[in-house]
Amino acid sequence: MDRSAEVKFPIAEEELLYSGHTGCPGCGAALALKYVLKGLGPRTIIVIPPSCVGVIGAGFPFSSLKIPVLRIPFESTAITASGIRAALDVMGKEDINVLAMAGDGGTFDIGLQALSGSAERNDDIIYVCYDNEGYMNTGIQRSSSTPAGAWTTTTPAPHVKDTPKKDIVRLMAAHNIPYIATASIGYPVDLIKKVKKAKEIKGTKFILIFSPCPTGWRYSPEMTISIAKLATETGIFPLYEIEDGEKYILSSKRTEKQLRDYFALQGRFRNLSEENLQSFEKRVKKEREYLKRMAG
Amino acid sequence: MKKKYSLKSLDTLPITAISFLTTEGNETGEWRSQRPILDPEKCNRCGLCWMYCPDNAVQEEGGLFHISYTYCKGCGICAKECPKGAIVIEKEER
Amino acid sequence: MKRVISANQAVSYAVLAAKAQVIAAYPITPQSSIVEMLSGFCATGALHAKFINVESEHSAMAACMSASVAGARTFTATSSQGLALMHEVLHYASGLRLPIVMANVNRALASPFNLKADLTDSLSQRDTGWLQFYCESGQEVFDTIIQAYKIAEQIQLPVMVNLEGFILSHTYEIVDIPEQSQVDLFLPSCPPRECLDIDNPSMFGSTTDYYINFRYKMHEDMERAKGVCGETDAEFKKIFGRDYGLVNTYLCEDADLILATAGTIAGTCRVVADRARARGLKVGVLRIRMARPFPVKQICERLRTAKKVAVIDRDFSPGCGGIFAQEVKAALQGLASHVLVYEFIAGLGGKDVTDKDIEKIIEQTLNTPNPGDSTWIGLLK
Repeated sequence: MDRSAEVKFPIAEEELLYSGHTGCPGCGAALALKYVLKGLGPRTIIVIPPSCVGVIGAGFPFSSLKIPVLRIPFESTAITASGIRAALDVMGKEDINVLAMAGDGGTFDIGLQALSGSAERNDDIIYVCYDNEGYMNTGIQRSSSTPAGAWTTTTPAPHVKDTPKKDIVRLMAAHNIPYIATASIGYPVDLIKKVKKAKEIKGTKFILIFSPCPTGWRYSPEMTISIAKLATETGIFPLYEIEDGEKYILSSKRTEKQLRDYFALQGRFRNLSEENLQSFEKRVKKEREYLKRMAG
Repeated sequence: MKKKYSLKSLDTLPITAISFLTTEGNETGEWRSQRPILDPEKCNRCGLCWMYCPDNAVQEEGGLFHISYTYCKGCGICAKECPKGAIVIEKEER
Repeated sequence: MKRVISANQAVSYAVLAAKAQVIAAYPITPQSSIVEMLSGFCATGALHAKFINVESEHSAMAACMSASVAGARTFTATSSQGLALMHEVLHYASGLRLPIVMANVNRALASPFNLKADLTDSLSQRDTGWLQFYCESGQEVFDTIIQAYKIAEQIQLPVMVNLEGFILSHTYEIVDIPEQSQVDLFLPSCPPRECLDIDNPSMFGSTTDYYINFRYKMHEDMERAKGVCGETDAEFKKIFGRDYGLVNTYLCEDADLILATAGTIAGTCRVVADRARARGLKVGVLRIRMARPFPVKQICERLRTAKKVAVIDRDFSPGCGGIFAQEVKAALQGLASHVLVYEFIAGLGGKDVTDKDIEKIIEQTLNTPNPGDSTWIGLLK
């Protein structure tokens, strides 16, 4: 037996997500949840809206989470986290992480107002958005995070989603919150490092986690990690951090991997036109240049 | 306070839906149509399968990894990502 | 100590005395001065509370909800549109069995736009599982908020204290603000309950087929609340010398006709009832103070000796009629069905309900043998 590569992950071994949860096989959101909890540890309270993570959390009388959980209205992820923080502060309870965890639907769309409110007040919460690019829990409907050209049940062919993904990161950067990061389940060590960094900062922290969904993106479940990595390698989902709305730190590089290959792996992009592909290439290039410029 | 799945624990309802039992009693292994088989000889114990399993169905004990078929849903991520090809997928026999 | 203050200020003083810990609020006319004063108390440190300046009323109630699940004593205030906006979260608050107290300054719901007193806003929320009180004076507003915390924390259901926009909210009256020591005696700190607890983790608000069981528990506790509200009122009297009852009656014992209403209209009714008595008419006034749970027993007991009751609704459910009229009719059914219920809609959109209006109501009720459809008072020509 080759014992040369010992388990050297600089992460906690304690699992705060129990087995037996009802996430789909190969679920990216479950991995996002697993990694975030490893980064934060057991002194964490989480608020969860109706979402995939809500389903993963399980129904009464069960819970798949080893931490206190509050299930909240769809619009209210950020503000309910702020409310808990206010209560903990006034009751003198310290050293507890308050985690708001919503999907892209609950962040980019219905939850955006409350998120903007909490960010503007710089409330001391960690807001994690696991991005599976659609309302997957309710059956793969389109959200403003769905990329252009993608099939969803509410953007069926030939009228696939026409507008590009909403730039939530720039929107959050405009709030000048102390810490923003993009991360991916394909790179768990990087993800957990960012979560731990956020944990030590006071104020509103926003982490966007790329979380592929086999059910919604139409690929075979074993490809979840590969697709996540490919998204970063092709530049579609670059990894970086923004400190105080200004300082950009890049954590990923674009490789020679082709966008075409990324799209070819997913059934939802079956109707992607050549024109769409060219727009993607342009957008990815433009974003890359922007990030390089901002990172200095 | 948290106990494993047991109907007996529901004798008294709390005042609202406050969940106090874990999902560990839910054997999601029943979902499987294929199963991963880990070859300890090929395994270099990098831990990636343990890391990448969405269901924590890969467990580590005394430095060795093994798959918990109680929970494994057969998604195949572990087999795909294993750098040593130590995990193969086989059809689930029922 | 007696002060000359508005009912809105009375709300703020009450919340200060109750030592609320988290206040999340959004401005709306005619409530804004409540939250302005409260943020002032927080800023000076008079009130040791966290004040969250939320970006909407939906978020205001959501913040109160989560802060309450975390174990804090919470408060918010709103009116009409804001109350309507937080509707969804009102259900969350009662379903999670949280002792939140809210002041609602009754205001007409748009469209069309009207800022003045109308009870439809809070009555539209009568199915949300919140207890509801309707006040007719600044003193009552102060006292009811203090009582509300005690009731809420005992029953574990949220309480809405209603006061009419401008008529009460902006009217200055003498309010006796008690000593903090008396309030502390009546209202100790929040009793322990299931909360978000790091040392004992659990999940609140999950999906469940036991939904019907949890609603039944709520029903049982709402029934229990009828007794608890009465007991709390009696206890309040022992310490502060004032009580209000679940319903408030005036000259009802031998009345042939009872005017039934909620809020400040009752005050005008009493003046007119005195005049009517002077003319030999046996008129009484019943003010419904607690609307949820609906005090069926008290309503029937007080009304059963009368021949007719004229319900004056400063609210309206389109397609049905006055909301209090429907509830009174339902309450009397089978228990005091002989009492004829006459429905009057008046004062919508803050239209003044004058003594002349009430005299007209008395005359019409006495002279009409059977109640017909609802009669609308005060339509502008």
